[in-house]
Amino acid sequence: MGCYHSVGGEGRRKTERPRMPEDLLTLTDAGLYCSRGDFHVDPWRRVSRAVVTHAHADHARPGCGRYLCAAPGMLVLRSRVGGGSPIDSVRYGETRSFNGVEVSLHPAGHVLGSAQVRVSHGGVTWVVTGDYKLEADPTCQAFEPVACDVFVTESTFGLPVYRWRPPAAVAAEIDAWWRENRDAGRTSVLLAYSLGKAQRLAASVDPSIGPIIGHGSVMKMVDAYRASGVRLPAIERVPPRTRRMGDGRALVIAPPNVAASRWLGLFGETSVAMASGWMTLRGVRRRRGFDRGFVVSDHADFPGLLAAVEGSGAKRVLVTHGFTDAFARLLRDRGLDAAELATRFTGEAVPEAAAEGDDPEADAADADAADADAADADAADADRADADPGADAAVGGVAAGADVPLEEPA
Amino acid sequence: MRRFTELYWRLDGTTRTTEKVAALRDYFAAAPAGDAACALDVLSGGRRLRAVSTTLLRQWAAEAAGIPAWLVEECYAHVGDLAETLALLLPDPPPADAADAAGSVTADVAGVGLGLEECLRTTVEGLRGRDEAAQRLTVERVWRQLAPRERIVWHKLITGGCRVGVSRTLVARALADVAGVEADVMAHRLAGGDVGDAAGFTRLLDPAASPADSRRPYPFFLASGLEGAAGDLGPVATWMAEWKWDGMRAQLVRRGDDVALWSRGEELVNEAFPEIVAAAADLPTGTVLDGELLAARGDELLGFAALSRRSGRRRVPRRLLEEVPCVFVAYDILEHDAADLRGLPLAARRTRLEGLVGVPCTAGRGAAVPGGAPVSSDVPRLLLSPRLDAGSWEALARLRAASRERGVEGLMLKRLDSGYGVGRVRGDWWKWKIEPLEIDAVLLYAQAGHGRRAGLHSDYTLGVWHEGRLVPVAKAYSGLPDTEIVEVDRIVRATTLEKHGPVRVVQPTQVFQLAFEGVAASKRHKAGVAVRFPRIVRWRRDKSPPDAGTLADLRGMLAAVPPEAAP
Repeated sequence: MGCYHSVGGEGRRKTERPRMPEDLLTLTDAGLYCSRGDFHVDPWRRVSRAVVTHAHADHARPGCGRYLCAAPGMLVLRSRVGGGSPIDSVRYGETRSFNGVEVSLHPAGHVLGSAQVRVSHGGVTWVVTGDYKLEADPTCQAFEPVACDVFVTESTFGLPVYRWRPPAAVAAEIDAWWRENRDAGRTSVLLAYSLGKAQRLAASVDPSIGPIIGHGSVMKMVDAYRASGVRLPAIERVPPRTRRMGDGRALVIAPPNVAASRWLGLFGETSVAMASGWMTLRGVRRRRGFDRGFVVSDHADFPGLLAAVEGSGAKRVLVTHGFTDAFARLLRDRGLDAAELATRFTGEAVPEAAAEGDDPEADAADADAADADAADADAADADRADADPGADAAVGGVAAGADVPLEEPA
Repeated sequence: MRRFTELYWRLDGTTRTTEKVAALRDYFAAAPAGDAACALDVLSGGRRLRAVSTTLLRQWAAEAAGIPAWLVEECYAHVGDLAETLALLLPDPPPADAADAAGSVTADVAGVGLGLEECLRTTVEGLRGRDEAAQRLTVERVWRQLAPRERIVWHKLITGGCRVGVSRTLVARALADVAGVEADVMAHRLAGGDVGDAAGFTRLLDPAASPADSRRPYPFFLASGLEGAAGDLGPVATWMAEWKWDGMRAQLVRRGDDVALWSRGEELVNEAFPEIVAAAADLPTGTVLDGELLAARGDELLGFAALSRRSGRRRVPRRLLEEVPCVFVAYDILEHDAADLRGLPLAARRTRLEGLVGVPCTAGRGAAVPGGAPVSSDVPRLLLSPRLDAGSWEALARLRAASRERGVEGLMLKRLDSGYGVGRVRGDWWKWKIEPLEIDAVLLYAQAGHGRRAGLHSDYTLGVWHEGRLVPVAKAYSGLPDTEIVEVDRIVRATTLEKHGPVRVVQPTQVFQLAFEGVAASKRHKAGVAVRFPRIVRWRRDKSPPDAGTLADLRGMLAAVPPEAAP
């Protein structure tokens, strides 16, 4: 087993195709695949059976024949992939067998129902993390380390400049900003992904400061969270055809793509803050001219990634998305057999990826404009892959080389 | 230090001018005069020397963070700001009481409790010239005392790169509020740079103070680019037209026994242009002229490239004085007989100017000067920018069309009844520049930007065809809208062939329309030509690399005749 890594590029360069017939999971043009058990993990094409780590758009695509997910994430996944296909759910830790391959799901701490997928056969165990974080989150079960031989990890924030502060400290910062705005009669607008971060934030702020208002796409997920038994504070909806909302006391939670839209006009004078791990960087904060940036991520920070790798006990690590080249190189420096893996997962989008000028309320049926973006990007990717037979690298092939993921995943 | 750090982040945290002014006002009203003087110097971009090498800082930070040196470089390439990268990499400082208990940290080595002036003296100046071990000891102690956002500011101060995103105008406005004077008055007091120490700052705020400094320039009045048709400006007779000279804007101050030559950036450039300073001694005292420095030998304009060999020098060797002689072409008079004329209409100022500087500048590009006239002291160095009386907008347009041949950038249009304002005020002064030259070029390399564009590949190297290959001809910062920069960034990442530090070599797939002001032969550039002031006009998604221009096209522009001048 060698180290297959390169300096970016989209798989157009010739690289040695690794031959590892014993690998439990391989990378096909549809995603991570277990041929013995005949299932995919987080496929990006329609396949017959998809084991899904979580419901974000870059991990859960509609149109598969059958889904398997962790029980707490069942309703969220249903609302994302629609009603057409059966979804099987298992409790965390419960084992299913596919042609002798054991599959179980374990908490990943990313969003409600997010799971690491443990795949085991013939004495060899793989764990695919999907996205994960180690910090406490009142809206989902905490990450649990799972021992394995091969650890397939994300690295969205896989550079040592990314270190999160304790969640309580960040929540206190957000509360202080909200209070200050309220006292000045300005509505606070907090931009966060509709699925996961929006609910986490709603559950973390101090609801005694003022009313909380949710954007339509946030409320769709709030409903799914509540129906799954997650306790959230009271959150108001924006009724259709509203012209004016709130009196400058409210906290509005909305997806990032409303930043450049007329929708914010509903609230009069506002202070707009972005909640994202990328807000660590001054350049990113300034680029979009947000009034504030709060460093909140549902992904592991750099120490978190290292701790997870260590906690798995794995000797071999495959890095799927994020700062794959640097993170894999660091792991090799530390004596692990680590390589990049060219998946199409995107992690947390840097804020400018939000489509400017889109008015999400103008989209029919409350569809996330962001989902449409991801789908477009996906279609473009698929076109490229079709045109280039070299692009469907196997496990250990050339990584996508995207230092900073730019597609909107959620 | 803490107060200044607070100011830095307040300025950084907002895009609203009113909030920036409020932050500055709060700072200047509260800070002791000595600190305020230092802060003003830092805010005005006053250059200070690097107190400690950045290579050493990176090494020490890598060790403190327990990561390999290459990973520090990866982080820097991603973050785009060294001060910030190091600040983020360092371990968090221990809680204050723990540090005290350990007794390992002597009281406040970082000077966080000290004022900015004291802090600069004790830690920043204190580092310079010390041996490596002593520097390291101090730096590591300071690191242990500062929170990440304080470290960023401190790193910028010790590495000499503390730039703050705030304009002179805003600083002047805030100080005017604190002093209780008009913003224009404060702008004038601030002109000419350093206020010096606490006493200087106190004088600056004195409502009754007069600009006693005999060298102090006036704030420059700036023109805007003309976007519409010149004919829409009204009757041509209400305007004065001049050449837009391709030189360096400058202000010549003659007061008392002094002569001061100021650049647009309000730096004193006396040393770089000794012949101009000598000639200005003949002006009557109490005179201030606004004009342009040009490299010219007799009637031949030597061009901007020649002029830049002279500018920025502390001492000009005799040989260079002979190779690149310079003149000052005056186009306005701001002070005469020690009286401020800026309130007078341009027509009246012009009359005074013509009475003082009589010889018009008739120089143009390539004007024949047989054998190259020897430089002698009797060549007039102070010239008058001639008034172009064409009689109609059409006639002016024809003059403008011949600008490039002449070696000028187009025309200046100034309203005859306009006063001399402060800063850029639209409406009275217009730049009517010639259309730039353009070529379609292919993206070859991309580099991540800094500051606002950190982490995005926004600096492009573009090439044109030569003998079947693409040769690089220009490096340009992206002038594209943010959304397109993000898209190009995505393509850059997806088509990277090689990475050299922050620079990516990409597959040549994207074509950009490149505009520039001129082409000059260059030995320093591989392509043999250098383009002047290149910038990207638009992304030509409709074109592919074979559609791009050639080196022969560029060479053809060496003696370019602009398209509109063709018959």
